[in-house]
Amino acid sequence: MEQFLQQVINGISLGSIYALVALGYTMVYGIINLINFAHCDIYMIGAYVGYYCMTFLGLGVFASLVISMAACVVIGVAIEKIAYKPLRNSPRITVLITAIGVSLFLEYVTMFFMKANVRSYPPLTGILAENINLGSIFISMKQILIVVITIVLVVLLQIIVRHTKLGKAMRAVSLDKDAAELMGINVNNTISFTFALGSALAGAAGVLVGIYYNSINPLMGVIPGLKAFVAAVFGGIGLIPGAFIGGYFIGAVEVFVAGYGNSMYRDAVVFAILIVILIVKPAGLLGKNTREKV
Amino acid sequence: MLEIKDINVHFGGIHALKGISMTVQRGEIVTLIGANGAGKTTTLRTISGLKKSTSGQILLDGTDITNLSAQERVKRGISHVPEGRRVFPAMTVLENLELGAFLRRDKANIAADLKMVYERFPILADRKKQLAGTLSGGEQQMLAIGRALMSRPDILFLDEPSMGLAPLLVQEIFNIILDINNAGTTILLVEQNASMALKIAHKAYVMETGSIVLSGTGEELMQSDGIKKAYLGG
Repeated sequence: MEQFLQQVINGISLGSIYALVALGYTMVYGIINLINFAHCDIYMIGAYVGYYCMTFLGLGVFASLVISMAACVVIGVAIEKIAYKPLRNSPRITVLITAIGVSLFLEYVTMFFMKANVRSYPPLTGILAENINLGSIFISMKQILIVVITIVLVVLLQIIVRHTKLGKAMRAVSLDKDAAELMGINVNNTISFTFALGSALAGAAGVLVGIYYNSINPLMGVIPGLKAFVAAVFGGIGLIPGAFIGGYFIGAVEVFVAGYGNSMYRDAVVFAILIVILIVKPAGLLGKNTREKV
Repeated sequence: MLEIKDINVHFGGIHALKGISMTVQRGEIVTLIGANGAGKTTTLRTISGLKKSTSGQILLDGTDITNLSAQERVKRGISHVPEGRRVFPAMTVLENLELGAFLRRDKANIAADLKMVYERFPILADRKKQLAGTLSGGEQQMLAIGRALMSRPDILFLDEPSMGLAPLLVQEIFNIILDINNAGTTILLVEQNASMALKIAHKAYVMETGSIVLSGTGEELMQSDGIKKAYLGG
């Protein structure tokens, strides 16, 4: 029982990070039907910006988090404007290949400037370095920090998407671009805004994962990025609640496979889930087959 | 108020609109009829800015709007109810209507217009919290029209508003169109149902394969033998 609860706690922490990254995949897919392979590298860059802020500028966790999110917004929007926008009317495969190109570009440019070696985040100090022991269950303040920040960001995202004008424009564009344009919505700006939101969340996830696992490297985004993508597909790609649920589900699966089974299999199990979903329910957990009314 | 001069539109190699010219006066109902694929929808999409023309000029109240974005055209008073309604299915009726007023900042007037739309379409008031995708076809058409009215348009484009509706509903939609026109909004109507459209139109244009082949008042066209044969069933 203790081990089970311990794994649940670990699963929630890891799941938070997947959920944050998966939200970005799903929002961008929802609005331009693109699996943005470069998204996982935004997360990596977020981790590096956070590292830079904490190590060289000596900033605290929260300041670093905010700066990293802001930097990722700039990079995410720039990528959209430079790489994807000129391809708006191209076949989907063209944009997809471009996304892979952007991903490799970001990885190797980072490697050029930051070197390929692993870097470690500075240890947290003060209350954030504490641990809580409940009997034999162990919760670190880091884990609480990750979950709390994730929840706050997701609630903020929900408020933006549900209740602000830009959020409504975002949903309208993702449902029907032409009709949105007829409402006077600027479709290009709305797409940029979507990239901004997704990139901010990826930046936050990057800093949080740096804090959680301590080590970062230029290729750190690849596997977690794919897993977050699986999470988005699991929940139903294009659906924000789906990405959130999927993120926690994949985090939990990974932790349980590592804890009870063999940690060598944890990646394999996640990708096996992808295959199963695509066979059994390709629209994902919350996805519905869309019907047209006459 | 709306003047279209020699508009040409291409889709890749296909010459879809071949030198279309037409005028719409303030307060009129003008209808554009013709067979499927004649270019009626493309004409509307070009005027509202969804499709770029290769040449020609579009004037709205004397101002050249040919190169403006769709957004700018909405600001200048064009509102377009597209073919197939195109309501936002996963958003509520209220959210759909609010999006119609997207560019407006005058909160008090928006609230008043919302009330006006609900009065015109009471069914929408009953269903304001419901997702638009769950409405019936007729209700969706009303929502699409209501949404378009929320921008307080000077000129309203309606693309096949009677498509797929039961005859009784078609009559209702046409009454609504007349009502909206009587309230001072100019209307450009594209219709398959030529007899209904000609009955309410002040002026009509007939399109065939990308060109306007005939024009006149609604009455004149209803009497024309060619029109009777081609569109009015004898």
